[in-house]
Amino acid sequence: MTGETRADSGADTRFPPWSADRARAVVADLAPLRGALMPMLHALQREFGYVDGQAVPLLADILNLSVADVHGVVTFYRDFRDTPPRGPVVRLCRAEACQAVGSEALAEHAERTLAAGGAAAAWELDEVYCLGNCALGPSATIDGRLHAGMDAVRLDALLAEALGGEQREARRAAGGLGVSAVTVYVPRDAAARSVGADKVAAALAQATAASGRLVNIVRNGSRGMLWLEPLVEVATAAGRVAYGPVSPEDLPGLLDAGLLDGGAHPLRLGPTEDLPWMRGQQRVTFARVGLDDPLSLAAYEAQGGWAGLRRAMAMAPVDVVKEVTDSGLRGRGGAGFPAGIKWNTVAQQPAGLKFVCANADEGDSGTFADRMLMEGDPYSLIEGMAICAHAVGACEGYIYLRSEYPDAIAVMGEALERARAAGWLGASVAGSGMAFDIFLREGAGSYICGEETAMLESLEGKRGVVRAKPPLPAIEGLFGRPTVVNNVLTLATVPAILADGAAAYQALGMGRSRGTQVFQLGGNVKQGGIVERAFGVTLRELVEGYGGGTFSGRPLRAVQVGGPLGAYLPADGLDLPMDYEALAAAKALLGHGGVVLFDDTVDMARQARFAMAFCAEESCGKCTPCRIGAVRGVEVLDRIIAGEDREANLILLGDLCEVMTDGSLCAMGGLTPLPVRSALAHFGADFQAPPAALL
Amino acid sequence: MIMNPLRERDLGTPARKGEATVQLTIDGQPIAVAAGTSIMRAAALAGVEVPKLCATDSLEAFGSCRLCLVEIEGRGGTPASCTTPVAPGMVVRTQSDKLGRLRRGVMELYISDHPLDCLTCAANGDCELQDMAGAVGLRDVRYGFDGENHLGQAVDDSNPYFAFDPAKCIVCNRCVRACDEVQGTFALTIQGRGFDSKVAPGPGSFFDSDCVSCGACVQACPTATLSEKSLIQLGQPRRVVETTCAYCGVGCSFRAEMQGETVVRMVPSKGGGANEGHSCVKGRFAWGYATHAERQTKPMLRDSIDDPWRTVSWEEAIAHTAARLQEIQARYGNGAIGGITSSRCTNEEVFVVQKMVRAAFGNNNVDTCARVCHSPTGYGLKTTFGTSAGTQDFKSVEAADVILLIGANPTAAHPVFASRMKQRLREGARLIVLDPRRIELVRTPHIAAEHHLQLRPGTNVAVINAMAHVIVTEELVDQSFIDARCETDSFEHWASFISRPEHSPEATADHTGVPADLLRQAARLYATGGNAAIYYGLGVTEHSQGSTMVMGMANLAMATGNIGRDGVGVNPLRGQNNVQGACDMGSFPHEFSGYRHVSDDATREMFASLWGHGTERSAGSAHPQHAGRGGGRRVQGALRAGRGHRAVGPGTRPM
Repeated sequence: MTGETRADSGADTRFPPWSADRARAVVADLAPLRGALMPMLHALQREFGYVDGQAVPLLADILNLSVADVHGVVTFYRDFRDTPPRGPVVRLCRAEACQAVGSEALAEHAERTLAAGGAAAAWELDEVYCLGNCALGPSATIDGRLHAGMDAVRLDALLAEALGGEQREARRAAGGLGVSAVTVYVPRDAAARSVGADKVAAALAQATAASGRLVNIVRNGSRGMLWLEPLVEVATAAGRVAYGPVSPEDLPGLLDAGLLDGGAHPLRLGPTEDLPWMRGQQRVTFARVGLDDPLSLAAYEAQGGWAGLRRAMAMAPVDVVKEVTDSGLRGRGGAGFPAGIKWNTVAQQPAGLKFVCANADEGDSGTFADRMLMEGDPYSLIEGMAICAHAVGACEGYIYLRSEYPDAIAVMGEALERARAAGWLGASVAGSGMAFDIFLREGAGSYICGEETAMLESLEGKRGVVRAKPPLPAIEGLFGRPTVVNNVLTLATVPAILADGAAAYQALGMGRSRGTQVFQLGGNVKQGGIVERAFGVTLRELVEGYGGGTFSGRPLRAVQVGGPLGAYLPADGLDLPMDYEALAAAKALLGHGGVVLFDDTVDMARQARFAMAFCAEESCGKCTPCRIGAVRGVEVLDRIIAGEDREANLILLGDLCEVMTDGSLCAMGGLTPLPVRSALAHFGADFQAPPAALL
Repeated sequence: MIMNPLRERDLGTPARKGEATVQLTIDGQPIAVAAGTSIMRAAALAGVEVPKLCATDSLEAFGSCRLCLVEIEGRGGTPASCTTPVAPGMVVRTQSDKLGRLRRGVMELYISDHPLDCLTCAANGDCELQDMAGAVGLRDVRYGFDGENHLGQAVDDSNPYFAFDPAKCIVCNRCVRACDEVQGTFALTIQGRGFDSKVAPGPGSFFDSDCVSCGACVQACPTATLSEKSLIQLGQPRRVVETTCAYCGVGCSFRAEMQGETVVRMVPSKGGGANEGHSCVKGRFAWGYATHAERQTKPMLRDSIDDPWRTVSWEEAIAHTAARLQEIQARYGNGAIGGITSSRCTNEEVFVVQKMVRAAFGNNNVDTCARVCHSPTGYGLKTTFGTSAGTQDFKSVEAADVILLIGANPTAAHPVFASRMKQRLREGARLIVLDPRRIELVRTPHIAAEHHLQLRPGTNVAVINAMAHVIVTEELVDQSFIDARCETDSFEHWASFISRPEHSPEATADHTGVPADLLRQAARLYATGGNAAIYYGLGVTEHSQGSTMVMGMANLAMATGNIGRDGVGVNPLRGQNNVQGACDMGSFPHEFSGYRHVSDDATREMFASLWGHGTERSAGSAHPQHAGRGGGRRVQGALRAGRGHRAVGPGTRPM
């Protein structure tokens, strides 16, 4: 996102040279913030393209920290560079969902291009673990701008464009041309933009302006059918009609075919709500996502927004907690802890400074629901946090949003400002007298900061190192105060529960998994995107019914459920109801609801190795099993793959997995063995012969 | 558990306050501990040592090494005993096959990234990593030693006193936490993350960092990563001698770790009341004087200042001195000899000197250096409180909510106490600094004074009285305390005096240089912020109005009820470590031990019967008369205990 804010693209001139005076001016306004160090480091990197070594004592002085404190923080986060970039920065996603569709080959191509040197190599290559565009991979960013469906040809073309220094992102088309106009929806979701939605919107605006027809282009969130993006919808008397995927080149033909009246065309998909993908869904959390301009307060309210908050504010806090408890809502971040019980613990702490924190550090590869919700319906998160604040007696909220999601940061930031201006946040929320405000904080390239205690450390401006529990964050959380930490989806579901009552939500689901889960289909999938269904839907329905099998058309071989710490399940193990307990019984986990498909070209020994490598890459480094164990895990797997002393090394791997599972401080080290063990259990054959590529 | 017998016992995590009310069973052993105590500490108290590396009882539990895992009946998993608090009725197992496997697995990982040079390592024989490898029965490192590792990194020996060898580091964070939690300098951090995590003193070397060389990190290190250079040079100590640091007024207790008569290193004692296991650079590292060539270790005599020194026997030295003192007395009179003690002497030494002067010399010519620096403390506190003693011990600061620091710079002059004060300030106590200087505590990492009253030198009394004025006129006095503990007439007399407009902050601001609103805020905070403690130094006493200022501070404390319990009081920061004892033991020309005046007949009779010798009824010569120039000098012969009077006494500039 750094590059996106810069006006020029010349490698040497994009950023001003380091200047202490300028640095002080850049960070001056940030000093009063809680945990100001991280916002200051981001501000400096945005200004100068990197964090100069001289910034360390400077920030230490401003914030009354020691030089070592600041040094420790700067060196912890992947985002903070200590030198300015040589040119455009390409970050290739190397996580599982993109691996499933060829990101490793793309990375090799990129490395070869760089190694060749010359003018074509005046850029930097970096890796990133998940950009939240898992249904349209391989994904990459160039100077922060997200691109999908990357291959060697597309990368070369985009690089040529970036190095040419001309191409700027198309301006977002302005909406709001009048009520009598035809309304056309072109999503502004990052996934849609990564496949050209901005260009479609711009071309549409241009073409319709020339035609003289009044057209109101609304940049909505995505409907979640990501393989159809850019999905253009037209509002007709008979409802919204979908077309997709639409490219700018398709527009003249579409307009000729009567796009603005829902006319027939090969790209016409039909009424959106009638599409098979949409019809069976049970959208509660995602009910509003994609319906309208996500930043329109009027639209939000028209679609039922704030009803939950209004009802909650009329209830005693204890009754709000009870409503959430009764709904059966469990934490959607992965642990599945009952939200109401957590809230109750915070509510019972003595009155005083309490916090509500939304964990929007959606680092699990294969998951993107938090991103899409924040980009598509940000007010629902705000409303959910305000309800929570009322329920537990909190007066400040924080949204910890990963830096890999610049679009979500922009939308969420704007939504917070608008909500504040409209009185939904601030000294008296909705005139209730309750003071509550929400502040946005940006992550800096650290998966572990999605672990709640590491996130709290990061919010405090520290190294994102996991805390031992107890104490629970609900008792001693942010800055030592009682804190609710919930995932974005958990909090964004609360308004619906309060608006419609606990019973309605509780009626959905199976067993102890109540309500709905927002599943995300990605990787090597034909039809990737968002499926919100009540718990109990089978993995097969998701993978085959919604996903339609693999993108490559080859046989499905494996499905990873629940992100990089989730198990790999074999193609013949899909008749599994999606339910916390059922998955646990199958030695798998639901996690954040990501479902990543792999076809039969996948090498599962390599995936097992990646699980350890990812842990080594992202470990905070605090506990021994994770810090050293993950590195040794990679080495042991390399030996197994190479056929060295296989029996002994398999025993050693098993012992290591036990030490990591039972000995690690947090779930990262503790669950890394899950994909490894599942790969061994279900795909043992892959560990028998060494693939040449790894030798 | 295998452990260096010279080391003090380490219970793993700090003690928790309170009664031992939580009963639990660990490996079949019943034990009761205070709520909040860790399972690890409870186990140690029950005689069960749980393996550990990142835990040490001077630091809060961290939970990183994962050696101390245990099993708890009725709970799943294998929680770390250091970070898990006890609960009533808990049944804990510290040994099982599974726990054994996990611990061996952790040690196997550690040793896969550790140099195998134990025999030539400075920590050989005193290495917790070595101990734990033995304790868990590690027999094999199946990962081999060819994997990614941290071996071969350069040693940072830029610090004059200790070396940092990152190749031996197990990243337990004990050094970083000691620097943060104990010393409060925050000079260390972990750089990078994951496997790249490395202890770092900021971006540069130790010498270039904020490090003050207190050595807390070296003491905390469980391996040879941070080692004293003396230890690296000499090897492990074989015996320990308990001693007290003689440098400053804190009086830290130390264990001198020795090989024969050679000091290997100085390690602060956990049991030392003043320092509780911490020290500063001087106490830990600056002990070269112990073996300095100029140090006198035998009695020496010379007849005149022009003669060379002669080394003599103790018998000759004592006989000679006694004879000469008698000669002087015979020639110049009974009062012509006397003695001076140092506040670095022990209570026993001081008592014996004053006894000798009174009983053997037959006069009261005995004095102590404490009268020079803190005489106003003695006088002022005796006048106001009845006893010329500081009111609290150092530990009391742990209960202070507001600290009013006057004319003292503890981080420089009383560094170990400063660390304790900083701990409390980081916990949330609020600081008022009354000092013309911008001392370090005004703003230093993680500490900032709430108010800094930068008064003009010489205006102490005006400022303290203006604070009292605010407290009295704004009705912030602790009336119930005053009713119960003070004489009503005296208080009202004082209150009406202090309420006069000329004492108001507004009236005195021009004179003191302290803005009135700032002074009012500070006064309100002192009076209403909870336990308020005054700490002060020579910036109070070494003024012509020092005694008045001490009484002013005592009045402030009494008016607000900030006296008589932990966390409050009027606390002088002394120049030597036994100022209080030297005073208590009667090293005064006018007072016996216990501050009983020499003119008090009953006291004199009691000592006469005990000592078998009567004492003089009139006060003796005070300090300056022992050494004044020419006619001012009344004492012609003096015995000085532990004190270079000509170098440091008043009125002794070269003649």
